Amino acid sequence: MTESFAADRLQSSGAYALELDGVARHFGALVALSGINMRIAAGERRAVLGSNGAGKTTLFNAVTGDFLPTAGRIRFFGEDITDLPPHERIRRGLRRTYQISQLFKGLSVLDSIFLACRGVSRRRFSLLRPKATDVNRVQAESILNAVHLETWRDALVATLSHGQQRQLEIALALAGAPRFILFDEPAAGLSPTERRDLVAILNGLPKHIGYVIIEHDLDVALRVSEYVSMMHNGRLFKEGTPQEIEADPEVQEIYLGGKHG
Amino acid sequence: MSLTLAAQDAAPQQTWLEKLGPGHIILAVALVLYPLVASDFFLTQIGGYSLIFGMLALSLMMLAGYGGMVSLAQITVAGIAAYAIAILGNNNSNVLGFGWPWWLAAPFAVLAAAVASALIGWISVRTEGIYTIMITLAIATATYYFAQQNYAIFNGHSGYAGIHAPSFWGVNWRDPKAFYYLCLGFAVLSYAAILYGARSTFGLTLQAIRDNPRRMRALGYDVTAHKVFAWFLAGIIAGLAGVLLVWFNGRVSPGTIGVDVAIDVLIIAVIGGLQHPIGPFLGALVVVLMQTFAIDIVGAERFNTLIGLVFLVIVFVSPDGILGLWGRIKPYLAQESLRSGP
Repeated sequence: MTESFAADRLQSSGAYALELDGVARHFGALVALSGINMRIAAGERRAVLGSNGAGKTTLFNAVTGDFLPTAGRIRFFGEDITDLPPHERIRRGLRRTYQISQLFKGLSVLDSIFLACRGVSRRRFSLLRPKATDVNRVQAESILNAVHLETWRDALVATLSHGQQRQLEIALALAGAPRFILFDEPAAGLSPTERRDLVAILNGLPKHIGYVIIEHDLDVALRVSEYVSMMHNGRLFKEGTPQEIEADPEVQEIYLGGKHG
Repeated sequence: MSLTLAAQDAAPQQTWLEKLGPGHIILAVALVLYPLVASDFFLTQIGGYSLIFGMLALSLMMLAGYGGMVSLAQITVAGIAAYAIAILGNNNSNVLGFGWPWWLAAPFAVLAAAVASALIGWISVRTEGIYTIMITLAIATATYYFAQQNYAIFNGHSGYAGIHAPSFWGVNWRDPKAFYYLCLGFAVLSYAAILYGARSTFGLTLQAIRDNPRRMRALGYDVTAHKVFAWFLAGIIAGLAGVLLVWFNGRVSPGTIGVDVAIDVLIIAVIGGLQHPIGPFLGALVVVLMQTFAIDIVGAERFNTLIGLVFLVIVFVSPDGILGLWGRIKPYLAQESLRSGP
């Protein structure tokens, strides 16, 4: 069933969004990632589960280039991006959010989103102030509304609440026609209401935008994903549909044990 | 300069004046009328000198305040422009001196300074925080000693003398009044450029890189390229200051770009405050006044001690310098006027 999903996608789009071949990352003697092989179709929505230290965030860092993998190749829509600097990967349509918000505390909310739009656009070095009619400004305003931050448009990022900062974190990843997004625990520290908003935002994304989401909250993870990869000690050890993963006794033992025990 | 612009536009539309704000207008009037009351000494040694060192500290404020990169090499960059003026134009040291006219030599000197600044930036952007300070200090020190020992280009420890400020439009621009207005013009231009540029696309990218370079990479920005461009722009301002400095002094030598001067620029920026481009000019005025008159107050042997003490007091009372002091006093004053009001 899961195979057929991926195969359908392949036939329609003709490409994987993300292909990882033997990706590994060592920090000295510590093996954070080892032999990761992964195929994610364009438009697919995948959850990556696993306990702390399983290597989930390290996997994201390898894909975006925050830290380079020590072995293996990474392809993005068929193109080998293993040796590209992070900004080149982003300009090809890759996006990410961070587990701990990585924002610009001294800028306003709108300026932050504007920069996210401008980053994958032209005139990044412009010495002119952007006009209100600037295409990236207009994009920023509409993203601002989409993540319900319009009240905080001109507020300094440092003055936002934790929940608002998490929303901005997602807003930055939605800017400028993303093709594939990596969400690193977007629900961390959110209230139940904010979690519902998050699920709505993720499920409301255009169908052609695929993503991988790292999420500890299964209520969120299993409701926004079509397929699940389990990680343990730097390895992929099980993949399946949300139902299969939830029912798997080995998975329950390692990860869900407390919840279902 | 900005005053005349504002006055012309005032009749059809009020917006220009309103945008400038009362603070800027009062300051502009005071600066334009200053030559009416100031002696030649106060015009050049205090006025011109403060504006030149204000520009130097402004170029540091741009890098440090907006870009989070503290540089000790701003006087080195200015020095490159000053030496370029001596080498490309005329000097009476019988070394080099290509005899270019000022209108060709000055832009080239500023460009040379900006390119050198970009190069220093490119070397130092791989480092962060205290390591940027160390590497720019190393570059400043190395350039100082190189200039002292190299005779082919820098003419060794004596440097170049006999450099003249240009004369055109029937004005000798080294005359006290003319030189003061020349410095004021370029200082206002640099100040306005920074004030405007802080909200430009590039200004925003620079502040965002200061706050979170990792996220900027994850938004598609080549962080290194943006930092190097910031150094280039700061180099233009420092280069302009260097040209004014050599026109004012008529000479340039390794002493012009010494490490003590590099530290003066840092002190000016810190005393003034890094939160707003007016800070560097306030700091420059305070330091230039102290360096000029401390000798009269405490004598030649103790004047540096007095300067050091004032620096300590300002930094101790307000980590954000004079600007920070104003920021603390302002709300208090506002409250007072509310209480005394009806």
